[in-house]
Amino acid sequence: MKTKSLLTMATGSILKNKMRTMLTMLGIVIGVGAVIVMVAVGNGAQKQIEAQIKNLGTNLIVVTPGSTAAGGASQGAQTFNRLTVADADKIKSDATLLSAVSPVIVTRTQVITGKGNWRTEINGVATDYLTIRDWNVTSGDLFTDDDVRTKRKVAVLGATIVKNLFPDSDPVGSQIQLGHVPFMVVGVLAPKGQTSSGVDQDDIVLVPYTTAQARLSGFSFLGQILASASSPKDMIAAQEEIRGIMRDSHGLLGGGADDFTVRDQTAIAQAATSTTSVMTGLLAAIASISLIVGGIGIMNIMLVSVTERTREIGIRMAVGARGSDVLTQFLVESVVMSLLGGVVGLALGFGGAAILGHVMGWSTATPLIAVFVAVGFSAAVGVFFGYYPARKAAALDPIQALRYE
Amino acid sequence: MSTPVIQIGGVEKVYHMGETDVFALRGVDLTVSAGELLAVMGSSGSGKSTLMNILGCLDVPTAGSYVLDGIRVDGMSRNDLADLRNKKLGFVFQGFNLLARTSAVENVELPLLYDRTGRWMDTRAMAVEALQRVGLGERLDHQPSELSGGQQQRVAIARALVTQPTLLLADEPTGNLDSRTSVEVMALFQALNEQGITVIIVTHEPDIAQYAHRVIDVRDGRIMKDHVVAAPRRAAEDLIAMDAEAAAIAAGETREAA
Repeated sequence: MKTKSLLTMATGSILKNKMRTMLTMLGIVIGVGAVIVMVAVGNGAQKQIEAQIKNLGTNLIVVTPGSTAAGGASQGAQTFNRLTVADADKIKSDATLLSAVSPVIVTRTQVITGKGNWRTEINGVATDYLTIRDWNVTSGDLFTDDDVRTKRKVAVLGATIVKNLFPDSDPVGSQIQLGHVPFMVVGVLAPKGQTSSGVDQDDIVLVPYTTAQARLSGFSFLGQILASASSPKDMIAAQEEIRGIMRDSHGLLGGGADDFTVRDQTAIAQAATSTTSVMTGLLAAIASISLIVGGIGIMNIMLVSVTERTREIGIRMAVGARGSDVLTQFLVESVVMSLLGGVVGLALGFGGAAILGHVMGWSTATPLIAVFVAVGFSAAVGVFFGYYPARKAAALDPIQALRYE
Repeated sequence: MSTPVIQIGGVEKVYHMGETDVFALRGVDLTVSAGELLAVMGSSGSGKSTLMNILGCLDVPTAGSYVLDGIRVDGMSRNDLADLRNKKLGFVFQGFNLLARTSAVENVELPLLYDRTGRWMDTRAMAVEALQRVGLGERLDHQPSELSGGQQQRVAIARALVTQPTLLLADEPTGNLDSRTSVEVMALFQALNEQGITVIIVTHEPDIAQYAHRVIDVRDGRIMKDHVVAAPRRAAEDLIAMDAEAAAIAAGETREAA
């Protein structure tokens, strides 16, 4: 039997009982709609967290002094806090999988202007820092490599500092004091907001690390080294490479535990996203229950339909329909019904997610794959729940079916 | 002698009803040649319906052989029986058995859709032609509920004809029709038979059987009588006579009124 005539036949039978068909489809519509909305909400939350993590920097790798992996008393005192500019330079010159490297010297001091003062974190960094952190300046410029080389006293202010100390004017070109040392403001950083743990990333002043070493911190060790891997897929390899360079640089090639730690954001990201993906899964699982209930509804109606149309089945068999023809017909009917329901549910789900996102202010995102899964799943529901009634129809005896009143 | 369309020998059918076995057919032998118009007579419970089901490949005999148009039917699988019904047989039932809420032309087209040989090209055109052949060319898109009993039975006959079957099987085709419509349907069967189609009509009405060329009587699962009708009644002539009678009565009434 031709596919076209099968489809016309199935849609014809379905349309003969519009009200019943609509009510049966409603189960699938609600099921698919619920799954789509739930996935959209869960996925939206996940996307939001991912965006926050990406905000920390592009393919960010952090090298910190001291080993956390050693665990216990084995860390020698003389090996503690031994990150130097030389380490950073060696990483920069030797590494092949990194796009940017910057040493970071952290110190806290008072920012003083004519109008007031503000205690904040001063980071001594290289020019690559902004690239690594995926950050921009909104006004002025970052200091140059030349500034770094000549230890010039120039500073770039975070948005929070500007808000507090320069509420009405552009600070670029003004003089400020960091502790007792006068600096010139050369740029203002774009606002970056809070980290997922609530730390204000804009409460910061960036200066060349050379200047920080010479003028502010008074010590030559680095708080950390930040690096950026060339691409996300190189993250693991890049960390291994840094580790090798660091062990070489620290004379650990002969053996001994690392006296530094290399880590990336994936661990943090994984923890955060796994929480939301568990939530998404749970929501989708609950929503799928309604899809199954919808499927049972289809099965119920198909069973009624087979009984009601026993005579029709007998007629079809008398004129030459095989059992398989009857089976296919009823299966196609239930699949068409559930697929239609799935498509309507899809539309409803997208609409619902959009409304929910608008009203509740949640970010929602439905991945394209959810569309295929929803449609495929509703078709599968049609096949699964339609099979038993269809088999019952196909197994009918033509003589008895013809006599059925 | 033309080739036999049907050749059955020693056909038995036993139904198991719990402990007891019920014999519906107890050894039936029958040969039907191409072009015959055969009536199978018998009262209810005689086994004629069982015989009809076996001849129609809806059921298989418990014992005995059945050869339809040179094809051995006994022992065939369900699927092969379905294919055989589609290829060789046309059914006409007492209750018309048309698909409800389906147009006449779609009803007639139905058997063509189940064809597995790929013989038919334009199934819709064939359905239209079959309906024209039974005189319903004007009512292609009517649904069964919009047609009279006689018209519904014509649709059913068109459906039986459309596959160009070897054999037309009619089970009490006039059982639900008034006497005039019955004669009309019989006239149609006779006309089709004259075009070369073999027709078997199962009936319990002697009035209907007298239009056949050969009549067999079934009783208690056996063929009791098998005789050829020398001069079968012509349904078309009966119709003309009935019309004349009706006209005369109408004329009489008009005269009385005047």
